Amino acid sequence: MVLKKKTGQAPSKGAKRADGRTADELRPFEAKVGVINRADGSAMFKSGKTIALAAVYGPRELHPKFLQNPEKAVLRCNYNMMTFSGSGERVKPGPSRRSREISMIIEKALTPVLNLELYPNAVIDVYVELLQTDAGTRCAGVTAAAMALADAGIPMKDLVSSVSVGLVNGQIVADLTKEEEDMEGTVDVPTAVLPRTGEFTLLQLDGHMTPEQLQEALELSTKVSQHIYAAQKKALKERYHHA
Amino acid sequence: MHKIVKEHVSQFLSKGLREDGRALDQYRKPITIEYGISPKSADGSARVKIGGTEVVAGVKLEVDTPYPDTEDQGNLIISCELLPLSSPEFESGPPSIDSIELSRVVDRAVRESHAVDLQKLCITKGEKVWVLFVDVYPINDEGNLFDAAHLAAIAALQDARFPGYDAKTGKVLYDEKTSKKLPLTGLPLSVTVHKIGDHLLVDPVSAEEQSMDARLTVASLDDGTICALQKGGAAPFKREEIEKAVELAITKAKELRKHLGGSK
Repeated sequence: MVLKKKTGQAPSKGAKRADGRTADELRPFEAKVGVINRADGSAMFKSGKTIALAAVYGPRELHPKFLQNPEKAVLRCNYNMMTFSGSGERVKPGPSRRSREISMIIEKALTPVLNLELYPNAVIDVYVELLQTDAGTRCAGVTAAAMALADAGIPMKDLVSSVSVGLVNGQIVADLTKEEEDMEGTVDVPTAVLPRTGEFTLLQLDGHMTPEQLQEALELSTKVSQHIYAAQKKALKERYHHA
Repeated sequence: MHKIVKEHVSQFLSKGLREDGRALDQYRKPITIEYGISPKSADGSARVKIGGTEVVAGVKLEVDTPYPDTEDQGNLIISCELLPLSSPEFESGPPSIDSIELSRVVDRAVRESHAVDLQKLCITKGEKVWVLFVDVYPINDEGNLFDAAHLAAIAALQDARFPGYDAKTGKVLYDEKTSKKLPLTGLPLSVTVHKIGDHLLVDPVSAEEQSMDARLTVASLDDGTICALQKGGAAPFKREEIEKAVELAITKAKELRKHLGGSK
């Protein structure tokens, strides 16, 4: 358990953050598609020090058979932190309450862009692995997984671009670091956006904020997720440029 | 499917060839080792690529009480998890027998070679010792995870630095990394020799792995001594074959060791 650090007085709007970023500035990020040759589709997304890998296998036959759905494919996501990727002690291997919830949240974030009814009885497996973490891991995972699904050639209605926004030091900011998350009074709002329609497919919040602040946070997410969308498209084009 | 793969591989071998043009005693190229791939989170980490096969490893240090029979020694625990991310053959769930064997073979080789001086991991005899966790994960499995996993584990150990430690509270200060390296006395490395028919070869690709009759993993140290063996597969080895395999493995381990430049 990390104790929340005391912070100084709330800075005025537009003040620089602890790492020198402005409120709407993302950490340096990198997107790459086709990083795991054996997978049907794969991608890497790095946001600051957070590094997520995603691999897609399928559509393929689902076992055991009773899990099959004759009307549509099952999307099965698995989020996992490598044991050395946490900031303190070694992360215990295997699923935890946290990792199972995040796996489910990622499934829900991706489902709206897929036509699962195209593949009755099948499963699409999405594996997300974290190599290093500095907050925003589920968002990096969703962003990587969306690219991996596209790389696997699965028809999609849109990409999914994910970023965390929140309230830090009284200011609505984008793409929080672990240091910012641990500050007293911080509110973390992970989001995922469908870039073409602006709809939200992932939304969580912990902390206290006013409805007006939430409005502002969602507006910021809509705006900055477009930068991630652009990077995702570029990485996908780069992958198939030589083909 | 399996039979066709084996016939294909054997046809090549009968002409002294391999599918990708290598000699039987040749590793794939390039072999690369990247240190510090998770510097913020892990106490040590590395990525190893042998041809298309990619493996990562990370080290975490914790402080705990020693085992009653080794009161003046730290603990070393090496695990390998065959991530379903890295191959369509691997499934989620409890560790498969392949993953357990891989973990145990790498663990044994590092432990029995005394490559890590466990006595130097003792803080207070009978009370506090460092526990050294090395976790290895394949990212892309195109064959020969055994040798790649072992190489990655050793590279991560080379890269590791102790985190800070507050003797008063007994707490590890993960945010305060020191420049102190682990007490490494040697660099044991595994070379797994595969037997297909009468042929012995190293560094198999997936099709060759599927076709193998037997395999022998030989872990050896810089001075050419052997520190662990593991025979796998259903077919037996002749004595001459074992001798040949061991000699080949020691020679190849020396070549592999040249890639371990160490981290800065």
